[in-house]
Amino acid sequence: MTLTHFSAVLLFSLFTSVVFGITQRSDPKKMVRFGAFCFALFVGGTIAASWVMWAIKH
Amino acid sequence: MTIATQAATRHAKTKSAVSPAVALFAGWFIPGAGHLLLKKPIRAALLFVSIAAMFAIGIALEGKVYTPNTGDPLDILGFAGDLGAGGLYILTRMLDLGHASVQIAIADYGSKFIVVAGLLNIVAAVDAHSLASGRKLP
Repeated sequence: MTLTHFSAVLLFSLFTSVVFGITQRSDPKKMVRFGAFCFALFVGGTIAASWVMWAIKH
Repeated sequence: MTIATQAATRHAKTKSAVSPAVALFAGWFIPGAGHLLLKKPIRAALLFVSIAAMFAIGIALEGKVYTPNTGDPLDILGFAGDLGAGGLYILTRMLDLGHASVQIAIADYGSKFIVVAGLLNIVAAVDAHSLASGRKLP
């Protein structure tokens, strides 16, 4: 099995966010909201860090 | 009614019939089983799918499966993380799946997927314990 770096990030973020959402909130609506928040932070943070590394290299 | 009395009443109302220790152990051994015992089937299914898929992807990426007693402190930490997956880790060792060392670049991602699946399973098992003990609202 092979994955691109970005698809690995998406899968990691998805599964981790689902677990965080369920375990860190009590209300189902808040679980979905917190899970989506975590997913956005994981993916957004990775993209931001990637650009920072690109900027350091160039 | 005082705050302490209200808290005690809420605790008594939310405490489950399932022992917190049983929920914790079941949740560790099979991802989501603790929540299933507490009659939370949707949460249990989501936890199982997420953790098992993450672990399986880690194995499919030829990730390293850590073993105890290698002498390397980082390997011991990796082993602690892997062991968090409970039954999945035991099954992996019994079936001799995974690799003893990272041989291709993407396998390093696989190792991390396996360790994080174990750590997330511990978080899920502790959540089941909190639900069973009444510390977390159902």
